[in-house]
Parts: sequence; C-alpha cells; structure tokens
Amino acid sequence: MAIIEVKGLSRTFVTKDATVEALKDIDLSIEEGDVYGIIGMSGAGKSTLVRCLNYLEKPTSGTVTVEGHELGKLSEKELRALRSDIGMIFQNFNLLMQSTVIDNVIFPLTIHGMSKAKAKKKAMNLLETVGLAEKASSYPAQLSGGQCQRVAIARALASDPKILLCDEATSALDPQTTQQILALLKKINQETGITIIIITHSMSVVREICHNVAIVEKGEIVERGLVEDIFTHPKSKAARRLVIEGKDPDQWEEAASAKEVKALHESRRIRIVYQQNSSYEPVIANMVLHFGKPVNILKADTKDVNGTARGEMILGLSDDPKLSDNQISYLKEHGLAVDELTTDDDVAKGGR
Amino acid sequence: MSATEIQMIIKGIGETLYMTIISTLIGYVIGLPWGIGLTVTNKDGIHPNTVVFRILDILANIMRSIPFLIMLIVVIPITQVIVGKTYGPTAMIVPLTISAAPLIARMVESSLNEVDKGVIEAAQSMGSSNFQIVWKVMLSEAKVSLISGATITIATILGYSAMAGTLGGGGLGDIAIRYGYYRWQGNILITTVILLILLVQLFQVIGTVIGNRLDKRKR
Repeated sequence: MAIIEVKGLSRTFVTKDATVEALKDIDLSIEEGDVYGIIGMSGAGKSTLVRCLNYLEKPTSGTVTVEGHELGKLSEKELRALRSDIGMIFQNFNLLMQSTVIDNVIFPLTIHGMSKAKAKKKAMNLLETVGLAEKASSYPAQLSGGQCQRVAIARALASDPKILLCDEATSALDPQTTQQILALLKKINQETGITIIIITHSMSVVREICHNVAIVEKGEIVERGLVEDIFTHPKSKAARRLVIEGKDPDQWEEAASAKEVKALHESRRIRIVYQQNSSYEPVIANMVLHFGKPVNILKADTKDVNGTARGEMILGLSDDPKLSDNQISYLKEHGLAVDELTTDDDVAKGGR
Repeated sequence: MSATEIQMIIKGIGETLYMTIISTLIGYVIGLPWGIGLTVTNKDGIHPNTVVFRILDILANIMRSIPFLIMLIVVIPITQVIVGKTYGPTAMIVPLTISAAPLIARMVESSLNEVDKGVIEAAQSMGSSNFQIVWKVMLSEAKVSLISGATITIATILGYSAMAGTLGGGGLGDIAIRYGYYRWQGNILITTVILLILLVQLFQVIGTVIGNRLDKRKR
C-alpha cells in the first residue's frame, strides 16, 4: 500500500471574474521511502497539489489517502494529529522570526504537548543533525538562507514525520547551497527512510535527488515514472523540453539563440543517452568508420542522474534517409538509447 | 506659582496617569480579543466567519466614529450605573475605556494582519490549533507592532483624558480649563501643556525602547 494515494483530485478556484481549474483529475501514488519529484512551471498547480497532500488546501473533488487515512473523512482534530506525521518546508523558510533557532524547532513539539525540557533535548539533537547546534540561541535574521532552511528542516523533522513535503525548498538558494540542502535531504531519506516529496521547477533538483517524478502542466500530470527512464526516453512534450533542452520550465518560453536553432534544423537529428560503462567503447567513432559518413555532433553533455553519470548527445545524421536509418539501428544495436527529435521539439526551441 | 498650586498640579499628574493607564489596560482587555476576532474571522483569516466579522467590524466603525466629547456625554447614564457618580477621574475611566477599546481593536487587527501568512501556514502544517496559532505565532510574531500600537493608543487616551477635564474629570486637563481658561492664569495653562507634552514623550520613549529591545528581526 502506497503511503500517499491520490485519486481523481481536482481543485477549482472561483474568483470574481473567473473559475480557475488549478488541478484536474490527478491520480498519484507515492511509495514509502521514495523521493518523489513534482516538476512544473510556476502556475502549473504543483504548489496547490502539495498542499492537498496535508489538506492545507481542500480539494474540490477526489480523495487523498495518507497512511491509510482518507483526509477528507478526518475531523479537524484527527487531521491536526495526522499533520504531525507530515513535515513541510517552504521556499521562504517560514520561520518564527521573533523566536530563537531552538525555539523554532521546539515549537512543533510543544504544540503536541511534549514537555519543554524533553523538547529542548530533542531539538538540540535535530540541530546537530542539520549541523547548526552552535546557532541554537541565534535568531533567524542572523542566519543565511541555507542555514534558515536547515532550521526549517530540523523543525519539520521534530515530530518524527513519515513524510516530508518540500515546496520549492531550494528555489531561494544559490546553486551551492542548493546542493548542500539536497545532500542533507538525501542523507535523511537514506538514514530514516522518510518519504520525501519535492516540488520544484528545476530539472537539476529532480535529477540530483528524486527516484520518481511527475511532470505537471496546466493542472494535469502529463508524464510520470522513474527519473532515469524519463531522462532516457522522455515522451511528453513537457518532458522532452525538460530533458532534451535541458531547460527548466520557467525558461520554456524563452527563445534559444538563432544559431543553435539553425544548426538543429539542418539534418535529421537524434538524441542518444549512454551510461558510464558504454563510454568505454568508441561507438560514435566506430559508426563513422563503419558507414564512411560523418555525423554532426550538435550537443554533448554529461549529467548526474541520481548519482550515476549519464552522457547525452545530440547528433545530426546524414540526409539520406536509408543511411540514417542504418545509423540509428547501428547505435541501438550497441546498446544506446536513441530518440529521434521531431520538429515538435523545435517549437519550444525557437519560441512560438 | 503658590505651593498649593504646585501641589494641585502634582495631584493632576497623578490623576491623568491613573485615568490613562487604567482605561488603556481595561481597553486592552476588551480590544485585544476584539482585534484578534477581527483578524481570525476575516475572509483571509484562519477561521473565516462573515457574520461574526461583520458584527465586530461595524461595531468598531460605529464606536470609532463618535467623537470623544460626545461619547463623554452619551455614556453618562452608564457611568452612573457602574461607578455611582459622573465626575472625577474614576468616573472618566468608563468613557475613556469605551473609546479606547475599538481603537485598540483596530490597532491589534492591523498588527496581526501584518504577520507573514507563510509562517501561519507552516504552523498549520505542523498541526497547530487555531488557538495555538493566535497565541504562539500571531501575538508573538506581531509583538513589536503591538507595542508600537499600544504607544499610539496611550498617547491618544492621554489626550482624551485631558478633554474629560471639561466635564469635571480631574487631571491636568481639568486644571488647564479651570485655571487657564476660566481664570486666565497663563502660567498654569502653560505648565499643564508642557507636562502633557512630557508625558506623551515619556510614553513614546518607553514604547520605542521596549519595541526595539523585543525586535529580533534585525541582524
């Protein structure tokens, strides 16, 4: 049984002059211990979706079941009790600015009735876990963004939750701090087996830490699966943009440089993905020797997917359809994942 | 100034402080929950309730729109019932409190509305009850703003208490009217004015110092 089970979830916002369907008929199933990414453009509905998981936002229709409890059927009091099983961290940290670091971590413990002395001891341990024990009596305003997020993580973990929701938790941080926070979340996931749900608009965050991912576009999940699989074989348009263009959703609308577009239009193009071990054999060079025809390397990159290096390349093949077909099957025979790029992908590239 | 006049002014200071502080305190007993109610039941609040909000809102508007001098006269029957007489500093606490409470309610409402919605959401995500959110999050996060509101309130009530002097309310205002206005004793008038200014200054300084000391948002 999945720890989180979402069925037919819809959320509609009614404003004075419009009705906005933020989420449309979402089904989602998240297994215990997973690190699940939900990626999408701002306004895609992902923040609403994550708030439905702890009922900060009540769905218009559909059900959310957490640890076997259907949230819509719980009383206010039962819901509050269950929420202590679901930690949450935010883009803007949302710490109590007038309380010390340790009091922030103590807060969720005392609201559920733990004695102050016991809570303090536990909070110190948590601050040690996140590496901020020496800042216990500082105030959040004296800390950096990364440190604030660490405090928020300690606070979210205080009630020993089984689930941690991260709403754009690294979006306000610089790349290096983002890495550190993600490494910390990864460590906590491995050590405690906590289920982590990560809302983000950044593909690199998903690649870095998530096992599974769902891509949300305009209130719907357009693609889902193992991050590795989606990285290797993106199917939906949104996924192809994320993976192939290497672009985060917020940049989708931006036009790429004209030169790049022209080069990509020139010939039949394929994207290949290879793992570390396949890079021992010079497949591309052998293919060129085999057919006696050159290929054009339009892009080559290595990306870290869940800790393993994945190479990706975009090749421009021969204009001769028969020859290029042979080239593709040659690559497939040699164990590479090959994906043909259609003009569809150029739409995103060249701007609409 | 004669010794009796000086003694009278010292007594006046005492009466003014007595009226101001006691009516502000009772005003908070009524105005604080009132302001919390306005914030909580607001449509963006943590427990929206249009009916309750409307009642609290309209009541505050009505009471805030009655000028204090009129309020003094209108509540005379109530003062008679509660205090047993309608003149003197203690009697004046009734109209002062009635005027202070809605002012305080609005001050509290605006302070609490300033609290970051994200922090409240975080508290909700931890399973806090609404009572805990008000008590441990909103009041605590807004304390600097609440103190500054209290400082403004107390200066306003001090001004009202001087007005109460016209109806025999006692205090510095009473002295200023009797000696400065009816008897043309300019020195006493000026002395009372200076003392009132000093009192307002004093409250302002105390409020600012406490506020700064409590504020932890600065680096």
